[in-house]
Amino acid sequence: MPNTVLILVLLGLMAVAYQLARKRSLGVVGGGAGVRKLHSLPSYYGFYAAIWCGLPALIVFGLWNAFQSTIITDLMVADLPAEVRSLGQAELGLVVNDIRNLAEGNITSGEVSPEMRAAADHYLSLEQTSAAALAVVVLSLAVLGTGLAWRLVSPKFRARNQVEFVVKGLLIISSTIAIFTTIGIVLSVLFEAIRFFEMIPFTEFVFGLDWSPQMAIREDQVGSSGAFGAIPLFAGTLLISFIAMVVAVQIGLMSAIFLSEYAGKKMRAFAKPVLEVLAGIPTVVYGFFAALTVAPFIRDNGSLIGLDVSSESALAAGLVMGIMIIPFISSLSDDVINAVPQAMRDASYGVGATQSETIRQVIIPAALPGIVGGVLLAVSRAIGETMIVVMAAGLSANMTANPLQSVTTVTVQIVTLLVGDQEFDSPKTLAAFALGLMLFVVTLALNVIALHVVRKYREQYE
Amino acid sequence: MSNQNQTEKRAIDLVNASLKKRYAKERRFRHVGQAAVIMGLLFVSFLFISIIGNGYTAFEHTFVRLNIEFSEQEIDPEGKRDPQALSTANYAGLVKAAMRAEFPDVKARKDKRALYKLISSGASLALREMVLANPEIIGTKKEVWLVADDDIDMLIKGHIDRNVPESDRRVSDKVIGWVEQFESKGAVEKQFNTTFFTNGDSREPELAGIGGAVMGSLYMLLVTLALSFPIGVAAAVYLEEFAPQNRWTDLIEVNINNLAAVPSIVFGLLGLAMFINFFGLPRSAPLVGGLVLTLMTLPTIIIASRAALKSVPPSIREAALGIGASKMQMVFNHVLPLAMPGMLTGTIIGMAQALGESAPLLMIGMVAFIVDIPGGPFDPATVLPVQVYLWADSPERAFVERTSAAIMVLLGFLFIMNFLAIILRRRFERRW
Repeated sequence: MPNTVLILVLLGLMAVAYQLARKRSLGVVGGGAGVRKLHSLPSYYGFYAAIWCGLPALIVFGLWNAFQSTIITDLMVADLPAEVRSLGQAELGLVVNDIRNLAEGNITSGEVSPEMRAAADHYLSLEQTSAAALAVVVLSLAVLGTGLAWRLVSPKFRARNQVEFVVKGLLIISSTIAIFTTIGIVLSVLFEAIRFFEMIPFTEFVFGLDWSPQMAIREDQVGSSGAFGAIPLFAGTLLISFIAMVVAVQIGLMSAIFLSEYAGKKMRAFAKPVLEVLAGIPTVVYGFFAALTVAPFIRDNGSLIGLDVSSESALAAGLVMGIMIIPFISSLSDDVINAVPQAMRDASYGVGATQSETIRQVIIPAALPGIVGGVLLAVSRAIGETMIVVMAAGLSANMTANPLQSVTTVTVQIVTLLVGDQEFDSPKTLAAFALGLMLFVVTLALNVIALHVVRKYREQYE
Repeated sequence: MSNQNQTEKRAIDLVNASLKKRYAKERRFRHVGQAAVIMGLLFVSFLFISIIGNGYTAFEHTFVRLNIEFSEQEIDPEGKRDPQALSTANYAGLVKAAMRAEFPDVKARKDKRALYKLISSGASLALREMVLANPEIIGTKKEVWLVADDDIDMLIKGHIDRNVPESDRRVSDKVIGWVEQFESKGAVEKQFNTTFFTNGDSREPELAGIGGAVMGSLYMLLVTLALSFPIGVAAAVYLEEFAPQNRWTDLIEVNINNLAAVPSIVFGLLGLAMFINFFGLPRSAPLVGGLVLTLMTLPTIIIASRAALKSVPPSIREAALGIGASKMQMVFNHVLPLAMPGMLTGTIIGMAQALGESAPLLMIGMVAFIVDIPGGPFDPATVLPVQVYLWADSPERAFVERTSAAIMVLLGFLFIMNFLAIILRRRFERRW
């Protein structure tokens, strides 16, 4: 029985269990009139039965599917001829893959021998047995559970408390998913990064000045030694982020000040949402805009005044990234500027300060922690931004502070290393995870610092 | 007394003397602010103008009218009208024959090949469908509008300038001559480009469409919605209504806030290492994309849902508890329905985020070149933003147009989703 059908049948059984137990709860107290004698509402007895019917069966179903393929493969390998089993780990894996492909009707890599044919048939029969056994186990568990719940129904039985206990368990599990995600990220990035650092020393990665991750596939290949010094990537990331922040902080902060302090109601009602549109545009659109419109524009204008501008200049990527971050800075600054109490403005006007003097000497200092926190969050965004730099920045790892040249960033390299073929035993693929680890640690640190700054230095008004 | 008067006078003089400068400074500051806002608005309009200006022409495509002879011996020499034979017949030959008939004086092999290239390679498929749908047209002669090649399309739309020297142009003078001959007969026309909406990806710009990507996005969003909405709401309910104030709860909250700021590409690494390498889920499948984006959008949904739960006043809870509801009943029967509009708004915004996301999907292989339109969340697929990324890399001029058009469609979807969220908020938001 295919899995989807099995799940649908199970859902049907759960509905049946609900109805049965609900009816029975009413039956044991003699119909609708006796409902007050029940501890819980009849529907709770129904839910209780449905949970007993579905939950154990679903747990078995999930575990079965998680381990099925490993167990079946092991069983099949155990039945292979001895000379095949004595092969190395890697070659055995290839044979197993071929057999699996054969069983699923895909194309195999080599000639199909009769032994393989037999193994594939064996594999298929094991799979069928497993599916049948699963269906039997799951359905009998469901029926057993329903029977158990059915027997438990009695006026004194506290069905509501039991159901609420299960629901609360589900709520708790849902809330821990955030923790599991973090653990998952750390583990998945860390393990591969550790494998990478076993091949390439950590110091070479962090302090090396040369990045060219092409590894030689053959021994005699020229020019692909594989150098994994990440400093050029960090420098490129910082350069592009710096350009972005110059654009975003100036425009974002000044427009936040203007819109909250100077602009009239109409202007504010128009300009604020329009600027916020920028925040909702997908980054791939910015990337396309940078690569197709901004970069050629900068290159052509640069050559007009005699500058040699690369067509993948850091300036184009940084500029567009800055545009992307404008709404982030402006809405965060807007919030903190509005949080400065009116009394401080009035006091400043009262001693004769002009509006700009008030803003510069009273409001900005009061709002500074919030603004700094917002800028730090924006920096972490700029560092982690991927699509704009993938599309508009270059691939060559140059160490330069010249914004007109092409640089590459950490995220660009992660994408280039991982898109396409991957071998999880080559430092080329694993380097992406080491870079990912760096990225994760740096952005995490920036976020923690930003939150800390905001909390610690926030002025408490009232 | 007089001394004091003098100092007072001097102070006000100082102030008065500085006033002009200070007012000038004030004006300058104001103008800088104004300039910043105007710059921001200019960026927005420039972005939209450049994309719409590049893309709106892609909704039309050039068609060429040809007099096709559906000759019986070419399509069905045995005359049995066997569908198998009909679908394997040489329809490209029909197009070529029609072109030869149109230009009888083109003799050189090279020229002939250039001539055939005027019509897209997809034209033969269109003819096959015509014949399969209505076998009776075999043996007749009929005027048919066929899809032109992308270079011809660019020429007609004016993206290829006819006045630049021949060597700088993708289209030779000879081809332009033929096209002009067609034009003089009124046999060239721009029609609405349905291919763009129904087809999957293709290497030929005139046959490439966003149909596959839209379906991929749809399946992925369905998976994301089915997982992230219940989990997000459940987590928010637990944290807001049930969780005790302790270290564990604090840890969960810190985690949620941090995940909201983790770069999206890191989630892609998680998806690659966990879902694909460890659990062995299929690469390029919308299912895996949905799982990754679920983890990514969960913080957004949880934070919005918690805010919605917080905005329900305590009096509702107390009233429910007061008439004897259990805590669970109070939450699920009274608080949750009141908080639902806010939760849905947060979910829609999360979904809009997921729809526009592309970086993590590159990691899990959704960048593959996939022609078929996916039929379910397990089929290999790509999504709209990734399709934009793929096309943006293609060198053909016609792909620039299509990329911009795909962006317009993507922005359209995002606009609708955000508009829905705003409506929902306006309609159902209650002030207590």
